[in-house]
Amino acid sequence: MSISHDTLPMGRVEFGGIVKEVCLAYVPEASVGDFVIVHVGFAIHRIDAEQAERTLADLALLRETPDGAGET
Amino acid sequence: MSERPRGALSCPLPLRSGSVGLQHGGGGRAMRELVETLFLPAFDPDGRGERHDSAVLPGSGHALAFTTDSYVVDPLFFPGGDIGSLAVFGTVNDLAMAGAEPRYLSAGFILEEGFALDALERVVRSMASAAERAKVRIVTGDTKVVDRGRGHGVYLNTAGVGIRPAHVDVRPARIAAGDAVLVSGDLGRHGVAVMSRRAGLEFETSIESDLAPLASAVSALVEAAVDLRCLRDLTRGGLGTALAELALDARVDIEIDESRVAVLPAVRGACELFGLDPLYVANEGRMVVFVAEADATRALEALARIPETAGAARIGRVREPVSGPGRVTLRNDFGRSRPLPLGSGLELPRIC
Amino acid sequence: MRLVDEFRAPGAVDALAKRIGRVVTRPWRIMEVCGGQTHAIVRFGIDQMLPPTLSLLHGPGCPVCVTPIERIDRALFIASRAEVVLCSFGDMLRVPGSETDLLGAKGRGADVRVVFSPLDALAIAEREPQRQVVFFAVGFETTAPAIALAAERARQTGIENFSLLVAHVLVPPALEAVLGDPECRVDGFLAAGHVCTIMGLEQYRPIAKKYRVPIVATGFEPTDLLQGILLLVEQLESGRHEVENQYTRAVTAGGNAHAQSMLARVFEVVPRAWRGLGEIPRSGLGLRAEYRSLDADLRFPEGPAAAAEPEVCRAGRVLRGIERPTECPAFGSDCTPAHPLGAPMVSSEGACAAYYRFRSPA
Repeated sequence: MSISHDTLPMGRVEFGGIVKEVCLAYVPEASVGDFVIVHVGFAIHRIDAEQAERTLADLALLRETPDGAGET
Repeated sequence: MSERPRGALSCPLPLRSGSVGLQHGGGGRAMRELVETLFLPAFDPDGRGERHDSAVLPGSGHALAFTTDSYVVDPLFFPGGDIGSLAVFGTVNDLAMAGAEPRYLSAGFILEEGFALDALERVVRSMASAAERAKVRIVTGDTKVVDRGRGHGVYLNTAGVGIRPAHVDVRPARIAAGDAVLVSGDLGRHGVAVMSRRAGLEFETSIESDLAPLASAVSALVEAAVDLRCLRDLTRGGLGTALAELALDARVDIEIDESRVAVLPAVRGACELFGLDPLYVANEGRMVVFVAEADATRALEALARIPETAGAARIGRVREPVSGPGRVTLRNDFGRSRPLPLGSGLELPRIC
Repeated sequence: MRLVDEFRAPGAVDALAKRIGRVVTRPWRIMEVCGGQTHAIVRFGIDQMLPPTLSLLHGPGCPVCVTPIERIDRALFIASRAEVVLCSFGDMLRVPGSETDLLGAKGRGADVRVVFSPLDALAIAEREPQRQVVFFAVGFETTAPAIALAAERARQTGIENFSLLVAHVLVPPALEAVLGDPECRVDGFLAAGHVCTIMGLEQYRPIAKKYRVPIVATGFEPTDLLQGILLLVEQLESGRHEVENQYTRAVTAGGNAHAQSMLARVFEVVPRAWRGLGEIPRSGLGLRAEYRSLDADLRFPEGPAAAAEPEVCRAGRVLRGIERPTECPAFGSDCTPAHPLGAPMVSSEGACAAYYRFRSPA
């Protein structure tokens, strides 16, 4: 993601190899390299990478305890 | 909605508008209904047509394949091609899908008053170059000009003839349970490339159309003497529509393994962005090949040696129909299956 | 794609499905209220992975489907004017009005253009000053902030040939309409992930408490959906009815403050008719007085009278989860995606369309 500051904050956001210009007005804290959720041409959230990792870790844990045992 | 005759054959034209809609050109359900209930009864009242990409006409010695197509692509120039190369390769491919070796093309131009001559020259040079690559000759043509505002720069019609060796017999009716289903490469590049230049949806991408002639690949398959059942090039409506049509025409069920269908990450990205299904996005240089199971490996080897089909892969198989005319099911990564219906003819970008 | 593929890992999906199977001990009816979730559920076959006692219902979560006929007829009327360019999201083009749809109108010469973002419509207005550009503003709370910003831009730049045909709707009132129905048998909800990204979770707490139903904000990938369902059934099995967040990487309790403040600046809550559900008080967004000059309803005051829905359509009962699409007599015969009679058959995310695609492939 790269950022240009005009009157309306726009940025270039990459989706698996294609790049689209997206409005960043609702994610002023976003910076280059961040992942964002885009809806109708607007970034609406900067993905919390830490939370993403945590969710993935929970999923991994689930796979390791297949019988439901260890559900603390 | 407006009244519809109850119990009548389903009307091909949506009675609510009574006029041609974009969906009639989309390669999906609406177009199929229009062809089946308007064109075919008028032009083929005895129902002798094979319903395949080219007509194969009996001749002395070998059979003649004959096809026609019109091209109205917007924009005229897109990454990886233009209306000219699209016309030549599109017609070449239709002939190749009948198992024929394409030989001669006609080119009819409908030009709009005001269309720049240097753009026309680019189109024409592109056609010449495509014809050379596909080893066909454009031998006859026509030119008309319409008033400014009544065209779109240029519309093109090409007809083509090819020669089919006597022993080659590829058509939907030959597809049988147990056959292997192969696809010649990754999907969706053409649709995404064209979309990236459409007003209102522009995005940056290095994706180019997959536009390519498939005649060499078909020759390679014929030469490999594999038991070739049917070929179909994937155009509007993508793989999903082509398979759904073939399943209906051949009266078989087709099972596809989603994990074996290749889609480039950038194409996937564009599809995620616009809410499109890569299985229904247009291609212009890909085909689906039905071959006897025993020959699947040799067929893949033959395709792998040809640059345009180097990415060929087996994606599924044909089964006896479980009920009614054929259906297509897609097995996903999670082992679940869902049906792949005929497309609507209109893949519209979604918001939700 | 990063941060997408990892949430589709088959191993995780299997593990979640198995866990759900073990947790469920009795029949439960869960409703999701998001077109995008309906689409994902059908695409990935999520409901096929659930134990048969767990019913997954598709609620009124598709803004395309719930846009009333009256709004479509207004859009069609406005589009028919020679000076108008009607800009719309792609999903709206095939929604039937009383006589036709926007695609049909385009076929008859109306200048209807699909846009990806409301800012594209604004750009068209700037490029074509001699035309009146009207943007058909449909969507839930996820989409409304984008329109709000376009409205604010329009007001700031003083552009005169741009207006909005507003049809925005809000999710919590829809949940209350479903829950308030005496025939309602929904036990718990998956809340739409991106609606919650904007609005946060607070609005759902009074609903969870009043109706004693658990609500879990859930994402869109297969693992998100299954994890959301798991959290929901765990609550149901233990008799809890709280608001929980499965989609933690994209949803915070407070939501997006910038978006909310822009919404409050541009819009006010108004009554809104929902296709299939009738009018629900305080369930829509309308332009505030300072932005009313952008209101297409005021700029084009004439037009057709309000129309009624086809009587045979059972959308209301389907959207409330009281009936399944397959129980409707018109389903699959007179009413199909190619000839839809009502809201839920129209968009690919409507409940009826989802059932149609899934159950009857031909």
